[in-house]
Amino acid sequence: MRLPIASLATGTIFGAGLALSDMINPARVLGFLDLAGDWDPSLAFVMGGAIVPMAIAYLFSRRMRTPLFDKSFLIPENRILDSRLIIGAVLFGIGWGLVGFCPGPAIAGLVVGLWQPWLFVAAMLAGMWLHRIATTPRRQQ
Amino acid sequence: MEPLPYLIPLSGGLLIGTAAALFLLMTGRIAGISGLVAAATRIAESGPPWGQAGLFVIGLPLGAWLVSAFVRTPQIAVTSSMPLLIGAGLLVGIGTRIGNGCTSGHGVCGIARLSPRSIAATATFMAAGVATVFVMRT
Repeated sequence: MRLPIASLATGTIFGAGLALSDMINPARVLGFLDLAGDWDPSLAFVMGGAIVPMAIAYLFSRRMRTPLFDKSFLIPENRILDSRLIIGAVLFGIGWGLVGFCPGPAIAGLVVGLWQPWLFVAAMLAGMWLHRIATTPRRQQ
Repeated sequence: MEPLPYLIPLSGGLLIGTAAALFLLMTGRIAGISGLVAAATRIAESGPPWGQAGLFVIGLPLGAWLVSAFVRTPQIAVTSSMPLLIGAGLLVGIGTRIGNGCTSGHGVCGIARLSPRSIAATATFMAAGVATVFVMRT
């Protein structure tokens, strides 16, 4: 019971942070990416503010044998840069720059009373699903 | 749009980082939204159990709603057309699966643990985003 409560609670805090920092507003994000125009530094403060507690927690986690409510830490250990990583990041970056939505803010933005986040999230899920179809070997389907 | 007084994005960022920090210490996992969404919808086979991922994902709009209702109503301006929203959503969905993460998993959590992959991914999607906005605005 503790794992589901922890997940819901942390997701709620995360969503509150996205709304408080105005990251659910695509215009704010586009303002940050518009280096050549009227640059809005807000997103840099958000990322800076987010990285600090996470870095402290990560250092803490290295000294813990297990997390508080689960059996083991599952942290990616892969350190190899490959073309998939870069290609994926390029595609994601283009999509992000086109509209100003990335996954977290788009989902948090589902409750602001606009239809646009719903359409974006539906298309994003379709994209994830297409990737799965394309990468699943036929025999296993 | 006027830049926000820096304390607002900073405190929002601290909330996001605190959420990611607690998620790591309590569940042992990285709070990467694209990965959690894929796990919650059972599109990805890896990641946490779908119910646990789903509860985190449901928390996102819940938290945003709480802030809008009791703290500050965000002003949202989405000017993108319908085809643009669909195209961007598809690219974000495919790209985050190929590249194993987005702004949260790579940008916040990965940089915080100095992962070379996440630093490279973040530099790349930032550059691609800046280039895209540059092209779109000219």
